[in-house]
Amino acid sequence: MKLSGAEIVVQALKDEGVELVFGYPGGAVLHIYDAIFQQQDVQHVLVRHEQAATHAADGYARATGRTGVALVTSGPGATNAVTGIATAYMDSIPMVVITGQVPKPFIGSDAFQEVDTVGITRPCVKHNFLVETLDTLAETIKKAFYIASTGRPGPVVVDIPKDITDPNIKIDYSYPEEISMRSYNPVDKGHLGQIKKAIDLILAAERPVLYTGGGVVLGDASDELTEIARMLNLPITNTLMGLGAYPATDKQFLGMLGMHGTYEANMAMHATDVLIAVGARFDDRVTGHVEKFCPDAKIVHIDIDPASISKNVRVDIPIVGNVQLVLKDMLRVLRERTDINTNLDNWWKQIEQWRSKDCLRYDRNSEVIKPQFAVETLYKVTHGDAFVTSDVGQHQMFAAQFYPFDKPRRWINSGGLGTMGFGLPAAMGVKMAHPDADVACVTGEASIQMCIQELATCTQYDLPLKIILLNNGYMGMVRQWQEFFYDGRYSHSYVDALPNFVALAESYGHVGMQVTQPGDLEAAMKEAFDMKDRLVFMDVIIDPTENVYPMIQAGKGHHEMQLSPQSEMI
Amino acid sequence: MRHIISILMENEAGALSRVAGLFSARAYNIESLTVAPTEDPSLSRMTLVTRGSDEIIEQITKQLNKLIDVVKLLDLCDSGPFIQRELMMIKVKATGSWREEIKRLSDIFRANIIDVTDSSYIIEMTGDENKLNAFIETIGNDHIVEVVRSGSLGIGRGARGIQY
Repeated sequence: MKLSGAEIVVQALKDEGVELVFGYPGGAVLHIYDAIFQQQDVQHVLVRHEQAATHAADGYARATGRTGVALVTSGPGATNAVTGIATAYMDSIPMVVITGQVPKPFIGSDAFQEVDTVGITRPCVKHNFLVETLDTLAETIKKAFYIASTGRPGPVVVDIPKDITDPNIKIDYSYPEEISMRSYNPVDKGHLGQIKKAIDLILAAERPVLYTGGGVVLGDASDELTEIARMLNLPITNTLMGLGAYPATDKQFLGMLGMHGTYEANMAMHATDVLIAVGARFDDRVTGHVEKFCPDAKIVHIDIDPASISKNVRVDIPIVGNVQLVLKDMLRVLRERTDINTNLDNWWKQIEQWRSKDCLRYDRNSEVIKPQFAVETLYKVTHGDAFVTSDVGQHQMFAAQFYPFDKPRRWINSGGLGTMGFGLPAAMGVKMAHPDADVACVTGEASIQMCIQELATCTQYDLPLKIILLNNGYMGMVRQWQEFFYDGRYSHSYVDALPNFVALAESYGHVGMQVTQPGDLEAAMKEAFDMKDRLVFMDVIIDPTENVYPMIQAGKGHHEMQLSPQSEMI
Repeated sequence: MRHIISILMENEAGALSRVAGLFSARAYNIESLTVAPTEDPSLSRMTLVTRGSDEIIEQITKQLNKLIDVVKLLDLCDSGPFIQRELMMIKVKATGSWREEIKRLSDIFRANIIDVTDSSYIIEMTGDENKLNAFIETIGNDHIVEVVRSGSLGIGRGARGIQY
């Protein structure tokens, strides 16, 4: 069939199996929007800001494992999308962002709504393309999806000049069945020799720890990870990005590790003799001061990206490969071993001693709602089974600490870039992917205002999200650092001139609720979640003085955590 | 330590920018960089000279390999014997007794004089980096008007070509 460039874009998305595109129109993409209007297979969701289009596509991708798709126009449309693209890049999320561009003859002439999109996004994408001719359009889109979703996933930008999408110029269309690129060959299988060496090391360990991250979620290796951990009776900790890869309610789970990780997780990391890192990248929030990190450990590192291996911390047995395939190979080798001794009694005894510190304890007798209590109530009301998105700051840490995730792809947050404003649009993407599930957005009053306009998108598309605003009148995490390190000089961290959030939510046609008493919270949340077809904005007034503990301060190691005043008393 | 990295990459618009952008974003240092198409017009060959500790060089090569446009990468210092060459054109003051001296030095260094005026010469020279540096030092700053260098090129010795 003969198709125009605009029709090719839409048909290519269809042939890729894309069902949902999040976007915002503009001059450079008018032809594409006309083509979208004249078909029904690919649904377009109109957001209210291009940043939200990318965050929604991102949330959709995190909740499903499929490649998210966003469509924005040239110039300001593309620059508005950069934050969302960088967010996806830092967390390795598969996403294709189609940006319009001024017509080819105008490129480089400072035309209306022109920016060098390829140049601007180059450092924050896995790859990008500027489509130069109509006959390369279909193949370029195929390459974009292939690159975004294979190897270490990441966002790919396809910049399409308006004249390429001209409805009057039609060519023969064929979408390539397969694509191979001589310059891009992601590694799949891990080296069997390295795998066997790793197993020898792990079986001889006296104080082993499994340290797992977002890579296990992205690589769909949760089942294999759980089987290995159980087979070998290993203590296991997750990073912020890996929560849910291993059931958090299981007794072998030590809690999250790192800057705001649990006492037992961090102490176990410091004392370990064999560290097994799976799909994690030794990020600075996790390692603390690198010189003090895991001083006595030999390190096994399984990762799909060779550049992540020995980048911050030198490892002893690197295994490059797809995490699911590597773990499957490990299981196969382990099942043939007859010398597996799972007796780690002394190590577990030590860990139980650390657990008795009860590092997450907080004052349960307060007359003001504590943020920890709000998250625990959310867990109870949703039976631990909801999809939870969050913004960035204290509320994000409390959600990670107090909502134990038993399944992967349930905890959706911006870990690498730490983007405020992510929570609400990401929740929209999650809800569109899982229309029957409970989707909660845990947020703060500073973060929620960054993409608050998306309440309108929720009205248009009937998205009954539950927004749990932990309202303390401050940018909580900034305030905490100012309290600890700047002698309480709260420079611009109070959030003045807050709107009446209940009235604001109602003005968009949603249900607004404010809760101030701890005794009222559970019933109010239950009422909110029982409203299956209404978005409920819960303004929960919480104690502004709560800080996130434990905390590893700059320059300190895992064993040098600062504990809460309550835990110090034990 | 100084490393010479030879990169075979797709001859796409922006490929050079990607490499330069990678280096500046991660604060790696580029001493020199040269790139041109190969006998296959769809492929470019880039030669890059950088300096750093072993860990930094390892990260640099890994990050370069991650670039989608990079087909094959070779750290020439780690891949067996290789030949390094660079082209230089140097404009020098050539008056009085110096005129004869400069001609003599050019012959000693096996260079060619490719431009002549009654007060200057332009000398063209190829060789490895040390030879070119030595010539500049020998001529001395007082006589140098302008220096243009291409940056190093490298190629492995022997019969095998770069495999990809």
